[in-house]
Amino acid sequence: MLDDFFTRALIAGVGIALAAGPLGCFVVWRRMAYFGDTMAHSALLGVALAVMFQINVVAGVFVVATVASLALLLLQKQEALSTDALLGILSHSTLAIGLVMVAFMSTVRFDLMGLLFGDILAVSKLDLALIWGGGAAVLAILAWLWKPLLAATVNPEIAEAEGLRPERARIIFMLLMAAVIAIAMKVVGIMLITSLLIIPAATARRLSATPEMMAIVAALAGAVAVVVGLTGSLQFDTPSGPSIVVAALLLFLLSIARLPWRGRRETI
Amino acid sequence: MRADHGKSETLVELSNAGLHRGGRWLVRGVDLAVRRGEIVTLIGPNGSGKSTTIKMALGIWKPDEGAVKSKPALRVGYVPQKVAIDWTLPLSVERLMTLTGPLPESRIREAMQAAGIEHRAKAEVQTLSGGEFQRALLARALAREPELLVLDEPVQGVDFTGEIAIYQLIREIRDRIGCGILLISHDLHVVMAETDTVVCLNGHVCCRGAPAQVLESPEYVRLFGARAAETLAIYRHHHDHTHLADGTVRLADGTITDSCGHDDHHHHHHHDHDHSHGHQHKGDA
Repeated sequence: MLDDFFTRALIAGVGIALAAGPLGCFVVWRRMAYFGDTMAHSALLGVALAVMFQINVVAGVFVVATVASLALLLLQKQEALSTDALLGILSHSTLAIGLVMVAFMSTVRFDLMGLLFGDILAVSKLDLALIWGGGAAVLAILAWLWKPLLAATVNPEIAEAEGLRPERARIIFMLLMAAVIAIAMKVVGIMLITSLLIIPAATARRLSATPEMMAIVAALAGAVAVVVGLTGSLQFDTPSGPSIVVAALLLFLLSIARLPWRGRRETI
Repeated sequence: MRADHGKSETLVELSNAGLHRGGRWLVRGVDLAVRRGEIVTLIGPNGSGKSTTIKMALGIWKPDEGAVKSKPALRVGYVPQKVAIDWTLPLSVERLMTLTGPLPESRIREAMQAAGIEHRAKAEVQTLSGGEFQRALLARALAREPELLVLDEPVQGVDFTGEIAIYQLIREIRDRIGCGILLISHDLHVVMAETDTVVCLNGHVCCRGAPAQVLESPEYVRLFGARAAETLAIYRHHHDHTHLADGTVRLADGTITDSCGHDDHHHHHHHDHDHSHGHQHKGDA
């Protein structure tokens, strides 16, 4: 069964979606969408460095995404520029440096489109093990971190005052994001990873009454988007990553469509 | 006057604490201790370092000079001045109660009831009014039955009757569970009525002591103006009873009656009867 590339892609995509959904809820709650984008864009630099130093690509991406997020934390503490501007600088410069480095390494052939937009053909059995092993680890750590991270999301000062160490929760959360970016890169591509974090979470918002429920619904919504998107990409011969994102967007639009039997929902 | 809860135990203590940010001292040289069963209130103008002091006491900010010591494993309940929750987070009042740790269901109910927010238990916090949200935050802190309760302007946005009820609730909580309370308040008349120790800040501790002492200190008069001192002195004159939210009156000995015992009460000081006094009575109407 795993010999079929499409089955492998499905299993890989679902695995990523299950981990990305709950994590993505925090990205949405904490308004870190652009932050996630910045980490993802640094992934190309990670790929280039990994090839240069001949280490595992996933490990390279994880390390560079982590460094990018920590660099941002440090720069934020300087308070010289707004977070928004810092993200803009870091996001595009890491992407540009990555592209320049890739261009310099003429001896290695890079599938740039695959890196940027995902490549289902490239998912190996080893990747599957990495995605499901890594994804399970991410979810386990997130479950363990849930209380302090949620409290820190609501109000870091309450969390700190009541002994939950929000700063530690935040750093671990960033490591989890770096991990998801590293394992998701192959399926959805660097440019689209954050959409897999954010769109299913946004979809889940309308359907959930508690944070915990929203995390579960987001995981399921992401999995459905992967299945629909990949099936569509096979059917219409479209690139895998964008197809998954389009499917996720359709689900989101469905979730916000005002159903005739449901009362109008008030938001502030 | 109230049950002895071993008042001597110090819960948190700041000695000569100061915080330096952006090239200036936000607050400096603060000496302050909160003991079990004690209500300590910080007053002072805007920007005088009240919230900063509270955050140092809570360990949210480490002091740049001086020291902050707290009882090991101190159980804290904190109501910050501002809490903004992104609307994408589906959080009901009920779920908010257990944000920082699990609590028995009965205690959650009790706290929500006491803070007057039980009828909104299922509502998402983003749909609450300012006053309701404040009550929800207070209920959350109370439900923890903290050893140290820290309240940064707990009644902002709460209506008149609610305001008095909440201050009374705070004192009842102190009497019942014997916690120490560190409070920031702008309601000077309430401060004087409900507090054991007043610390008046203005970038440093400008004066401190029992409410009556602080009122007479020249630093206080300089900071708040003679009018404030006068107002409070007038209030203090009446401070042999408290008007409860339901219209009854609690006398100094703790008994509850229907009236405060002198019918001309509302009039005999009309020549200097200012709003902070009159406002005590709005709850009766």
